[in-house]
Amino acid sequence: MAETTEIAPIISTKRFAGLSEFWHYFAQSRGAVLGLIIFVLLILVALFAPWISPHDPVEQYKQFFLLPPSWATGGNPDFLLGTDPVGRDILSRLIYGSRFSLLIGAFVVALSVVGGITLGVLAGYFRGWVDVAIMRIMDLILAFPPLLLALVLVTILGPGLINAMIAIAITLQPYFARLVRAAVMAEKSREYVTSAKLAGAGHLRLMVMTILPNCLAPLIVQATLSFSDAILNAAALGFLGLGAQPPTPEWGTMLANSREFIQRAPWVVTFPGLCILVTVLAINLIGDGLRDALDPKLKRS
Amino acid sequence: MGTALVGYSMPIFWWGLLLIILFSGVLHWTPVSGRIDVRYFFKPTTGLMLIDSILSGQKGAFRSVVSHLILPTIVLGTIPLAVIARQTRSAMLEVMGEDYVRTARAKGLRSFRVVGIHALRNALIPVVTTIGLQVGTLLAGAILTETIFAWPGIGKWLVDAIFKRDYVVVQSSLLLVALIVMAVNLIVDVLYAVINPRIRVQ
Repeated sequence: MAETTEIAPIISTKRFAGLSEFWHYFAQSRGAVLGLIIFVLLILVALFAPWISPHDPVEQYKQFFLLPPSWATGGNPDFLLGTDPVGRDILSRLIYGSRFSLLIGAFVVALSVVGGITLGVLAGYFRGWVDVAIMRIMDLILAFPPLLLALVLVTILGPGLINAMIAIAITLQPYFARLVRAAVMAEKSREYVTSAKLAGAGHLRLMVMTILPNCLAPLIVQATLSFSDAILNAAALGFLGLGAQPPTPEWGTMLANSREFIQRAPWVVTFPGLCILVTVLAINLIGDGLRDALDPKLKRS
Repeated sequence: MGTALVGYSMPIFWWGLLLIILFSGVLHWTPVSGRIDVRYFFKPTTGLMLIDSILSGQKGAFRSVVSHLILPTIVLGTIPLAVIARQTRSAMLEVMGEDYVRTARAKGLRSFRVVGIHALRNALIPVVTTIGLQVGTLLAGAILTETIFAWPGIGKWLVDAIFKRDYVVVQSSLLLVALIVMAVNLIVDVLYAVINPRIRVQ
């Protein structure tokens, strides 16, 4: 009895030690920490958008269209970053836009991770014709540039934010499938898998409970990088008029609607793009940090 | 490498607009869009504006074509540049620790020769793979770049076809792009043998 009470705290400190070791490697890269801070701020902004934003994102102030930012001449302190061609407050639209970008990233990554893991595990575990069938289809998808394939898929599905997210998820999913397949093939011949098999574990248990948790590290890195890819591609589709439809305050769509005003009102174009850049950059910084922290080969000792 | 990461994260459609604002709107150095100034006109002989403008013999035509090329080239090249720079860096870091690099240094070779010839050539294999993969990025980026700069290429053709619901064009241009990507990947595979003679023996 005394022994069991002693073991429990040891396990918890070990878990804590693993996490703090990870944090130690992650925090070595200052960029990664900076990216994480920006990302957390972005999540907070997205969560509290209705309270932070000074105006409604779709309300049109007819007398104030194409107002410059408040610090420029002719600016109005009521509209901090100015107004767009139909008199909507740009700052409020940007704040609400962060919701859409994070939603796009999360939804696309979730969809492509689930799809990719399922197909990759099946292909790597069963091999044979299952492997050939799945991986040839993945190769087929990879032969097309992601944005191009997403564009054509959206054409087929019809424009809109949901369809754009599905299309982007389909184009990103083969990368996960390949990664998981390779990891599963490497893990499958290990002793612990054989011992689990001898213990009587079924196919599903072997695949999901035994092998999959050991393939997670590269997946986490790929998921982070896909998150930024998804945001970029969704913004690009929005820019081409095939993603989120106006008046949705999505950053790419905002850029598309203000394109003809670049000479007259450069700020309408500048801020949404800056938001996309900062968001994507922050996530890529996190991704780089994660790769350094999780990949033992790259660890600087 | 900070610059490379920014380039890698750049939404190129916004980057293009920003460059237009700066270089065309404020500084008036480059034209906003199109392939050539409206003042020049000549029948296409090769279809390549650069050569056609010289063949036409019109004064200033070549200059105009080049100035129309500058901004689209920068915009389209940004992401591949960043990706290739990152890949080259990591490949070089790996190679610089090898024994033959130390040997080359010990022989007293100048550092330019050590880095440029001994190390770079061995680091090239993953870099060439990356360059091959960038062709896909380039063709996808062409859609955005050509839309911004009103450039009558395959990307703008595809986008216009989508809005006109001209599905035959969409299908065929998609097929063409996929063929180009596959052809380039094949060329990359052949190039491996040129760069690394060990692959030829196998």
